[in-house]
Amino acid sequence: MASKPRTLYEKIWDAHVVERQDDGTCLVYIDRHLVHEVTSPQAFEALRIAGRTVRRPDLTLAVPDHNLPTTPRLASDGSRLPIADKQSAAQLAALEANAPAFGIDYIDAVAPEQGIVHVVGPEQGFSLPGTTIVCGDSHTAAHGGIGALAFGIGTSEVEHVLATQTLLLRPSKTMEVRVEGELGPGVTPKDLILHIIGVIGTAGGTGHVIEYRGPVFEQMSVEGRLTVCNMSIEGGARAGLIAPDETVFEYLKGRPYAPSGEAWTDAVEWWRSLATDEGASFDKSVFIDAADVEPTVSWGTSPEDVVAIGGAVPSPDSFADPSKQEAARKSLDYMGLAPGTPLEEVEVENIFIGSCTNSRIEDLRAAAAVLEGRKKAANVRWAIAVPGSGLVKRQAEEEGLDRIFTDAGFEWREPGCSACLAMNPDKVPPGERCASTSNRNFVGRQGPGSRTHLLSPAMAAAAAVTGRLTDVRKLMGE
Amino acid sequence: MKQVSTISGRAIPLGLKNVDTDVIIPAHWLKTVSREGLGKGAFESIRQTPGNPFDVEDFAGAPILIAGDNFGCGSSREHAAWAMLDMGLTAVIAPSFSDIFSGNAFKNGILAVELPQEQVDRLLEVAKDHPITIDLENQVVTTPFQDRFAFEVDPFRKHCLLNGLDEIGLTLERDASIAKYEETRAASLPWLDAPHKKRREPA
Repeated sequence: MASKPRTLYEKIWDAHVVERQDDGTCLVYIDRHLVHEVTSPQAFEALRIAGRTVRRPDLTLAVPDHNLPTTPRLASDGSRLPIADKQSAAQLAALEANAPAFGIDYIDAVAPEQGIVHVVGPEQGFSLPGTTIVCGDSHTAAHGGIGALAFGIGTSEVEHVLATQTLLLRPSKTMEVRVEGELGPGVTPKDLILHIIGVIGTAGGTGHVIEYRGPVFEQMSVEGRLTVCNMSIEGGARAGLIAPDETVFEYLKGRPYAPSGEAWTDAVEWWRSLATDEGASFDKSVFIDAADVEPTVSWGTSPEDVVAIGGAVPSPDSFADPSKQEAARKSLDYMGLAPGTPLEEVEVENIFIGSCTNSRIEDLRAAAAVLEGRKKAANVRWAIAVPGSGLVKRQAEEEGLDRIFTDAGFEWREPGCSACLAMNPDKVPPGERCASTSNRNFVGRQGPGSRTHLLSPAMAAAAAVTGRLTDVRKLMGE
Repeated sequence: MKQVSTISGRAIPLGLKNVDTDVIIPAHWLKTVSREGLGKGAFESIRQTPGNPFDVEDFAGAPILIAGDNFGCGSSREHAAWAMLDMGLTAVIAPSFSDIFSGNAFKNGILAVELPQEQVDRLLEVAKDHPITIDLENQVVTTPFQDRFAFEVDPFRKHCLLNGLDEIGLTLERDASIAKYEETRAASLPWLDAPHKKRREPA
């Protein structure tokens, strides 16, 4: 008898179950563990107190990103510049000491490979299809873009993985988001995922792992897939993934940590077997027509608060659910927006191009294509471009993109998480707006009182040029 | 893990939907290398709003929080759970929780109790003037009135909480199974192991 058709998620899950308890909880093996400075110090400390070691340092990779300033890190004589904030410096020093003490590979703050952990993993070939990948960061979902089961964990789980290379988990439900058709000109993977979150809501994927399916994803670059999967968590799903295919294999081949030679051939063969079987069923299915997706921006303080750029700020009364009405009223009050205001009339003072969602080379190219030969508007006070890694930065500089950004009035920064979560000095001042390529528009996310509008890199560049939220298609081909 | 069975006391009727972990503890508090002292930053933006429920004297030191749908969404920061513990909260009642937060809460002995919206609404009303009791053993939330709201809890988590079990300690007892899995994996997918070696010694 043929075995039951399985989804991509079920195949990866089944391949990693070490033990299944009677109550349904499973001990699941973790293939790759990425560690950064913010969510790991308490885990290392606990290991030390309990006298425990790291079971598989060879499957663990550490890199600082969240707290690191994005200003220059080296003095003209090549020495490391000190970090002014003492607490940040101490937290970064803790990772720098913990990694070697526990035998873990560490990419230091001034290494050319340093960058945002979710950019570094795939870029180094450390993240691979069919693997289980965890990190103490909810945007670990990004690695699903290369076909890995990747999800964020808390610090207690970081400690659990360090000590045992496993996690105790219950299987998730499965959810399919199928997108048919083709994305229009000027419509990017970021617009698509914002649109999807608008459709399913921020809790739409809770308890589920999303598989993104359909021709749009098959034709999408690896960078675009990482952007889409990255924001699965904004739709409530701890993980999102896309079946690995030739595009992914081509991207990974020859990367430093990726298998090579005969091992590569064997790996690809296994990866090809992972795609969802014909006839496999999902617990939930959502269908989206790509033709319905426009360049999309957020208006509120939840990633589900999105609207096409040609639209207007909604009226709270337009929502059926009374609690959503109340939430919308609070959001609009915080955002300083009146219902009915066309999005294209909203002025922005700050532009942030970066984050684990949109800081890869393709993102910088898309923004630069809009900025080339243009300057930021007079009312735009602060515009920064923060490459996702040192290697992305170098590539962009080789292509001359840094000059396009700086000529347009942007600051060109060192890699890190930066103004996405405003842990380091990169913050949006209270009451000011930021057109941001990041992933969260929560209250205070980009600094206390900051007002975030989420959008794509091309749309952020368009906003920089006009000084207000703008349909990038109006600036294309001019 | 500390043992948890019954939690009884005043409950802060917050009621808000989609309370994200950036709201529970903003990023500028995350520079610490300790789990302690985060209560000062807990719900900072809400506590700065005049008339917020955290300011009500009766709720000082309350062990329970009542919130709306999708509590703890967003960032995986366990600092959210640590901050809540530090301000004295040991249980949250809401119609739903984000997956990562409910895991983090459990690891820190915070009960995340899911009840339907109507029952949460009733508790929000009762909580204004009266205490609430959460009985984990019997999986029921009660009030000084006739309310008895049964809730579901993962049996493994319940067992760990009632007995104060250390999850890592439990998993380390499964060492032989893990080693066996690693052996099988090394035989079938050997390229998954020691990727660093390939980095240092390119073929």
